[in-house]
Amino acid sequence: MTPLAAFLIVAALVFAIGLAISLTRRNAILVLIGIELMLNAANLNLIAFWRFGPHTSGHGDGLTGMMFAIFSIAVAAAEAAVGLGLVIAYHRHSKTTDLDAMTRVKG
Amino acid sequence: MIFGLSIVFLLTAILTVAGAVAAALLKNLVHCALSLTVTFAGLALLYLQLDAQFAGFSQILVYIGAVAILVVFAILLTRGAGVPEYRGYSTSWFLGLIISAAVFALLGWAVVKSLPVSAAASEAPAITVQSIGAALMSSYVLPLEIVAVLLTVALIGAVIVAMPEPRTPKPGAEQGGGK
Repeated sequence: MTPLAAFLIVAALVFAIGLAISLTRRNAILVLIGIELMLNAANLNLIAFWRFGPHTSGHGDGLTGMMFAIFSIAVAAAEAAVGLGLVIAYHRHSKTTDLDAMTRVKG
Repeated sequence: MIFGLSIVFLLTAILTVAGAVAAALLKNLVHCALSLTVTFAGLALLYLQLDAQFAGFSQILVYIGAVAILVVFAILLTRGAGVPEYRGYSTSWFLGLIISAAVFALLGWAVVKSLPVSAAASEAPAITVQSIGAALMSSYVLPLEIVAVLLTVALIGAVIVAMPEPRTPKPGAEQGGGK
């Protein structure tokens, strides 16, 4: 079985790359992609800790970490929908998705 | 086995990280979205290796099936196909790169320092999709309903935000210096 640290390192790499995307790219959609990558890295951490943690001790049924990840996936989907809707609405007003040109949000 | 890691894990990890790096470096936005899909698939494979079948398949359904399609639609609606970005990176890209490298160094240091190297994995949990469904309907029913409401509100809100506005300006409203 692959050790826990390997999964955590992969998650840290994906998180750092997502952070780099959202800090360095200029397109608003790519910044949203970077945020999605960071959320996915967090989900990988949750699932890895769920797998390596104790399953039967405590009051739970051994499903808590998995449920956390599943709800996190659902919330991330809602976040993506709203973010991309905002980008499309901005593009309709000012014909740009360049973050350096997006200086005003008032209609 | 290389460094005590299985070949399958190494291949999946390399696929995942390579997709993310390609999304960070490619010029064409559609190519970025497609390499993002590769990363999502690699993460789903990692979930499957962690015996989380339900999470893996919902990752495939939600991310590859919905979020990636949504990203591609947004790119095509805002730029048009095949038009590359003229200058893809912000002026302070070096600072952003340093910050993210520092974050990775911190996370990696914490992981390496804090874990015993041979953290023995427990038995594979005997969790079926049936037990997940039963738990969602019994002890997790309140979060499930809240997530349902959240998804409904978020999707309606996204449609309302992205809806075209009526063209008629309000009477008396000044046509402020837009065009």
